[in-house]
Amino acid sequence: MSWFEKLLPTRIRTNGKTNRRVVVPEGVWSKCPVCQVVLYSPELERHLNVCPKCNHHLRIGARKRLESFLDPEQREEIGIELSPCDPLKFRDSKKYKDRITQAQKATDEKDALIVIKGQVLGLPLVAQAFEFKFMGGSMGSVVGERFVRGADVAIEHHIPLICFCASGGARMQEALFSLMQMAKTSAVLNRLNQHGLPFISVLTDPTMGGVSASLAMLGDINIAEPNALIGFAGPRVIEQTVRETLPEGFQRSEFLLDHGTIDMIVDRRQMRERIASLFSMLTHKPQPLQANENLEPVSIN
Amino acid sequence: MNINFLDFEQPIAELEAKISELRCVSNDSEINISDEISRLQVKCQELTSHIFSSLTAWQVSQLARHPQRPYLLDYIDLIFTNFEELHGDRTFADDPAMLGGLARFEGQPVMIIGQQKGRDTKEKLQHNFGMPRPEGYRKALRLMEMAERFKLPVLTFIDTPGAYPGVDAEERGQSEAIARNLYVMSNLKTPIISTIIGEGGSGGALGIGVGDKLCMLQYSTYSVISPEGCASILWKSADKAPEAAAAMNMTSGRLKELALIDIIIPEPLGGAHRDIKTIAQTLSTVLQENLAMLKQTPIDELVESRYQRFMQFGQFETG
Repeated sequence: MSWFEKLLPTRIRTNGKTNRRVVVPEGVWSKCPVCQVVLYSPELERHLNVCPKCNHHLRIGARKRLESFLDPEQREEIGIELSPCDPLKFRDSKKYKDRITQAQKATDEKDALIVIKGQVLGLPLVAQAFEFKFMGGSMGSVVGERFVRGADVAIEHHIPLICFCASGGARMQEALFSLMQMAKTSAVLNRLNQHGLPFISVLTDPTMGGVSASLAMLGDINIAEPNALIGFAGPRVIEQTVRETLPEGFQRSEFLLDHGTIDMIVDRRQMRERIASLFSMLTHKPQPLQANENLEPVSIN
Repeated sequence: MNINFLDFEQPIAELEAKISELRCVSNDSEINISDEISRLQVKCQELTSHIFSSLTAWQVSQLARHPQRPYLLDYIDLIFTNFEELHGDRTFADDPAMLGGLARFEGQPVMIIGQQKGRDTKEKLQHNFGMPRPEGYRKALRLMEMAERFKLPVLTFIDTPGAYPGVDAEERGQSEAIARNLYVMSNLKTPIISTIIGEGGSGGALGIGVGDKLCMLQYSTYSVISPEGCASILWKSADKAPEAAAAMNMTSGRLKELALIDIIIPEPLGGAHRDIKTIAQTLSTVLQENLAMLKQTPIDELVESRYQRFMQFGQFETG
């Protein structure tokens, strides 16, 4: 107890702890995990979950991501009718069926990939995004099938394809069916390429395992968000194999840029303009007019 | 305890030891015990077929990694002639975990690609336990594209615990190397037959496994992750590997029922390692039959049906 607290009458002493907690409605304030600054949630959302103080990119849900990425007009969701089943009656400490139900309740999505045909700054395209909160964004049969249907729509309308990846890898509960989705998604990207259509892969935190070793690395252009964890084997597995501590920044976006795996690192708040610009050049379209995004200028340090 | 036998094979090992002891005795002495020997041999056969008639998924995955299991180079010796190994990815290095080269198969030139494990410690280290690095997958890619140019069928042989999870492998883009192979193989304009001869470990196996036909030796396995890996993630304990092996349906029988593989190649009694010549012969026959069939198909049709084969993989509900 400090000298000052000793002076206080006992009834208002706090013994180092606050007894009366200030009740704050949940979700109004969030803390940046990197710079620890406390942020007002609507403000954070306005910045697309990027910390306005230190530019740390917090994870963002798939639907929010596509909401902010696509123009509001002419959106059409693809593969919404598909939902997961449990072909192997898989059961570990929990039934796969229960895990699906739980994930569906928590995310309000049927599975871990959302596919929407829409426009970015007037350029039509098919955009896909992984929902990491749905069983770690893992790829099972529904994810693979939706990805293929999205690519097929791109081929049918002769428009580009983009995918925002956020996944721990293949979904173990669908065992070999999941592994086959790696081949399936890679094969359809080859088809897309045969039709002369570009694919941009955006790697966000985290992109690992089977998703990384298939569709995610097959972009004509591979883009990463700052400081995203991207790799084949998880850091813990590697540490156990090589029995040494991994270097700082290992498997982060900047590391991948240095090693020639990705083309560029792009701030989430500039994603729309940069991708529209890239696609317009790859498809011989005029440069899209920059939309006023109602954002403060982005400073990259 | 014979270290060349697995736990569940120990009764067979004991009986076999007894038989060979008796043989020594009968050579040295006047007493005729050949009746006793043949009685024991019959008993040993019965015991083996009894044990092997009800193997669990975990026992099969141990057989797939049996220390005596025939590896790629054993099959190359027995099935192919004029093998010319080709080295290197032309960019960084040669990866001894992934072998490849030209050879003749029944007189016809083919391209062989596959992982090689090692028999003793020195070989194991040399071949990195059959875990390829990116340069291994890129060498495989180079050879596949060469096969396409010269219209040679590609025969791949899968036997890997998985692609190598190491710092250097990540630096050189392990993910990209595997992804690129899936992408190119899906449209390679030459027949591809893949055979899992031992362990089919995840993306490291699939990286040379996208083809027109997928065969599995009876006691080989194919899975999205090793049983130990699956157990430690989902059960939070690697000791639950037997449960994980069963849950993942990684044996040839189950995968055939699920229509995820095309052909099961039956192994001799007691597994491939008990009679390498027989398994090599069976494997050779299956490859010949299937290759003859694939060669008759016009190449565009072949590539299209390969594409459709992969598109239909997956189970989900609609509506």
